[in-house]
Amino acid sequence: MPKLPLEGIRVIDMTVVWAGPFGGALLGDLGAEVIKIDSTQRMDPNSRGQNFTIEQLRENGGDPSPDAKPYNLSANFNSVGRNKKSVTMDLLRPEGREVFYRLAANSDVFIENNAPDVVHRLGISYEVLKQHNPGLIMASLPAFGTVGPYSHFRAYGANMEAVVGHTLLRLYPDTDATNATGVFLADAAGGATGAFAVMAALYHRRKTGRGQFIDLSQAENVMHTLSQAVMDYSMNGRVQTSYGNRNPYRAPQGVYRCAGEDSWLALSVGSDEEFRGLCGVIGQPLLADDPRFAGFEARQQHHDELDAIIEAWTVDKDHYEAFHTLQAAGVPASPVLNAREVFADPHLRARDDWQQVTHPEAGTYWHLRSPLYHMSKTPLYIRRHAALLGEDNEYVYKQVCGFTDEEYQWFVDNGHAGMDVVVPNQQPAKR
Amino acid sequence: MIKIERPGTGDVSRGMPPFWHDEPHLEGSGLFLHLNTNKKSVTVDLRSEAGRQVVLDLVRDADIVVESFPPGALASWGLDYATLAALNPRLVMTSISNFGQTGPYRDYKMTEITLYALGSTMQVTGMPDRPPLKLGLTVENVYAGMVSATATMGAFMGATVSGEGQYVDMALMEIQAANQDRAVQGHMIYQYVGGPTGGWTRSGGGSQGRNILPVGVYPCADGYVQFFTLQPLWDRVCKMIDREDLIDDPHFRAPENFTNNAEVKAEFDAILLEWLLQHTKREVMEKSQSCGYMCGAINTMEDVFDDPHLAARGFFAEVDHPHVGKLRYPGAQFKMSETPWRAGRAPLLGEHTREVLSGVLGYSEAQIAALREQGAV
Repeated sequence: MPKLPLEGIRVIDMTVVWAGPFGGALLGDLGAEVIKIDSTQRMDPNSRGQNFTIEQLRENGGDPSPDAKPYNLSANFNSVGRNKKSVTMDLLRPEGREVFYRLAANSDVFIENNAPDVVHRLGISYEVLKQHNPGLIMASLPAFGTVGPYSHFRAYGANMEAVVGHTLLRLYPDTDATNATGVFLADAAGGATGAFAVMAALYHRRKTGRGQFIDLSQAENVMHTLSQAVMDYSMNGRVQTSYGNRNPYRAPQGVYRCAGEDSWLALSVGSDEEFRGLCGVIGQPLLADDPRFAGFEARQQHHDELDAIIEAWTVDKDHYEAFHTLQAAGVPASPVLNAREVFADPHLRARDDWQQVTHPEAGTYWHLRSPLYHMSKTPLYIRRHAALLGEDNEYVYKQVCGFTDEEYQWFVDNGHAGMDVVVPNQQPAKR
Repeated sequence: MIKIERPGTGDVSRGMPPFWHDEPHLEGSGLFLHLNTNKKSVTVDLRSEAGRQVVLDLVRDADIVVESFPPGALASWGLDYATLAALNPRLVMTSISNFGQTGPYRDYKMTEITLYALGSTMQVTGMPDRPPLKLGLTVENVYAGMVSATATMGAFMGATVSGEGQYVDMALMEIQAANQDRAVQGHMIYQYVGGPTGGWTRSGGGSQGRNILPVGVYPCADGYVQFFTLQPLWDRVCKMIDREDLIDDPHFRAPENFTNNAEVKAEFDAILLEWLLQHTKREVMEKSQSCGYMCGAINTMEDVFDDPHLAARGFFAEVDHPHVGKLRYPGAQFKMSETPWRAGRAPLLGEHTREVLSGVLGYSEAQIAALREQGAV
C-alpha cells in the first residue's frame, strides 16, 4: 500500500459547526492524523450537535449500543468526524492548557474556527503556541477573519453570505429577501479552502522549516464564488439581482414538476440544437421552428409559455426517466434529488462512493466517501469511524504528549481525560 | 500557472459575460479576469501533432496538470495521464468533470442548475409551495474548483515525499453530494432517522425559529437582515431591541408561549419589527452582534464594495490590466503571515507564448516561428 499523501502529519482540530470540521476532515481524508479536541466538562452542541437518541435510531431500524451517549450520536460529527481521533482536556484549567501545549509541541497543524477571542481567552493563540513549536502552522477560520471591525462577530454561513452579497442573488424573482432560505455554502467553501491553505503552509515549511499563521475569513473566501456579480459591479457599477431558476444567457431553464410527491426536474437549454432536442423529446418537434421560440432571445421573451409546455410534459413523468430521456437527446437535465435518492443513485453506487462504517455506539451505517476519494494510487477510503468523545485519550496523553501512567491517571481523576460529559445535553435534535 | 488556451479564441470563459463596459471582447470578461489572476497564457492547438509535442515538453518539467475537458477528450489527443506520467512519473494530474471519468452518467451534460439539483441540497432550498430554488450565479461550480484545488494540493504533497505522482478524478456530482452545506449531514440524518430529505425542508426565509427568537430574514429600515441562533438567547434579543424589561417577562417566558406558539411568536415579531424598521441593516447587525446574537446585513454588491470591515482588512485588491485598466478584485482567499498573497492580473490571450516556449522550453526563434506558421501555437 503506498503511503497516503499527508501520512505523518499531525493536526489538532478544535473546530466547531461545519466549516472547520470539514477542513479537518479533508486533511484526515488525505492521511493526516487529525486529533479532535473535546471536553468532558461541557457538552459542545456546536461540534457534537445534531444528535439523536437511541430510540430514534432504533425506530428507524438501527442497532445502537444500549449505553450510547448523545454526543456520540451526532449526525454532524459522525459524518465529518470520519478518520478523526478524540482527546479530552479542560482548557479552562492550567493543567489542561499544559496538555494542549505538549500536544502543540508534537503536532504540525492547529486548525480552528471559533470566534477569534476564544483562543486568546484559553491561552492558545498563535503567539503563545509558536513559543512551544516554532514550526507549527495555525489556521484560524472565523466568520469574518481574525482582524477588522467585524472580527468579533459570531455568524453562521447564512449570515456571512448575506454580508458579502449572495442572498439577494438567489431569490425567486417575484419575492423579497424575507423568503430566502438559509444556506451555508460559506462553511463548505471555508473548509475546503482552509485545508488547501494548510497544505500550502506545509509545503512552505518543508522548504524553510518555518511555521506560520493563516487568517481565513469565511465570508471573504465565499465571495469568490460570486465572480460575475462582483466583477459586474467592479467593471460596470451594475448591481445584479436574482434570476431565480432562470438564466440570463440560457433559455429555457427551470425546475419542473414531475410525477410523485415533491418530485422535480431541472433543465437548462443553451443552444438551438439543445432546444431542438428538447422539442423532440416532449413530442413537439414543430416548436423548434416556431417563431416564438426561434433563438435564445425569443425563448427568453416567451419563457412563461415554454415553462407551461415543458411542465405539461414532465408532470406525469418520473424525474429520473425524464432525465435519461433528455440527456440521451443532448439536453442538460437532472432530477432534483433528495437525500434518499442520492443514497440510492446508481452513478454514485457504480463509482463506489459509499462505504460501510461501524461506529462503536451508533452502529453500522453507509458513509459517503470523501469528495477527494478518486485518487489512482491512494484512494481515500474511510480508515476509521468518527471517534467517540475521549476515545483516544490514552494514546494522545501517553504516546503523543509523553505523560507517564501516573500522570495520565491524575488527568483521569481530575476530570480532564474521560469519555463522559459531566452535564450532557439531553435534548435530542428535532427532525 | 501556465494556462494552455486555444489559439484565436482562448478559454471559452473569455466569451462569457459580464463584459467590461458591456462590450464583448476576449480580454474583457469579468468572469475570466477574476478566475485567471496570476496565470500565464500560452496558446497551443492540442489537436495538432506539433501542439501536442509542446504540451509534452511542458509536462516533462511540470508538477501538476489540471484539465476540465469532457472525459476522453485528452486521450483522443494522445495526452492522457498514462502518456504524461511516462514522461514525468512525479506528475499529479487532476481531471475535473461533470460526473467523473467512469460510471453511467459519465457523458451526460451539466449546467449550474442541474449540478445543484444533484446533491440533495437544492431540494431543501426555497419555499414549501414552490419549486426548489437554485443558488446565485455559478457558485457551486466555483466551489467545485476550490475542492479540486484541495485534492490536487493533497496529491502533490504526497508526490513531493514519494516521488510518485498520481491521477485525481474529480466529479462535480460527487463534490455536490458531499457538500458540507446540508448534504453530507443530511445523508447521515436520513440513515439515522429516515425522512427523504435528510432533516431539512424548504422552509422559506423569515420566522423560521421554533421559539420566539428571530431566525431567518427580517426587514429593517433600508433592507433586510439575517438572524440565526441555535440557543435560547432571549436576554440578548431583548437587549438588542432596547427592551431589557422583557427579559423576565412572564408572558413571553412561559414555556408554552416561548416555544411552538405561532400566536405569541407573531406578537413578539411585531415588537421586534417596530425596532427593526427604525434601524438600518448595518445598525441592526452591529447592535445584534454587540449583544452576542448572530446577525448579518443582507447586502447588495454596492454595500459590499462599501463595507467598512472589508475596507479595514484591505480585502479588495486594485489590479491593472492592459484592456480593462485598474479595477477592484476580490482579494486573497486567506492571509498567510509568512508568505503574503500577491495580486496579479489575468493574462492576455497568448501573452506568454514566446516567453514560455523560449524561456521554459528553450525553443529557438526558428522553431517558434515554425510553430506559429503551422498555427500550432
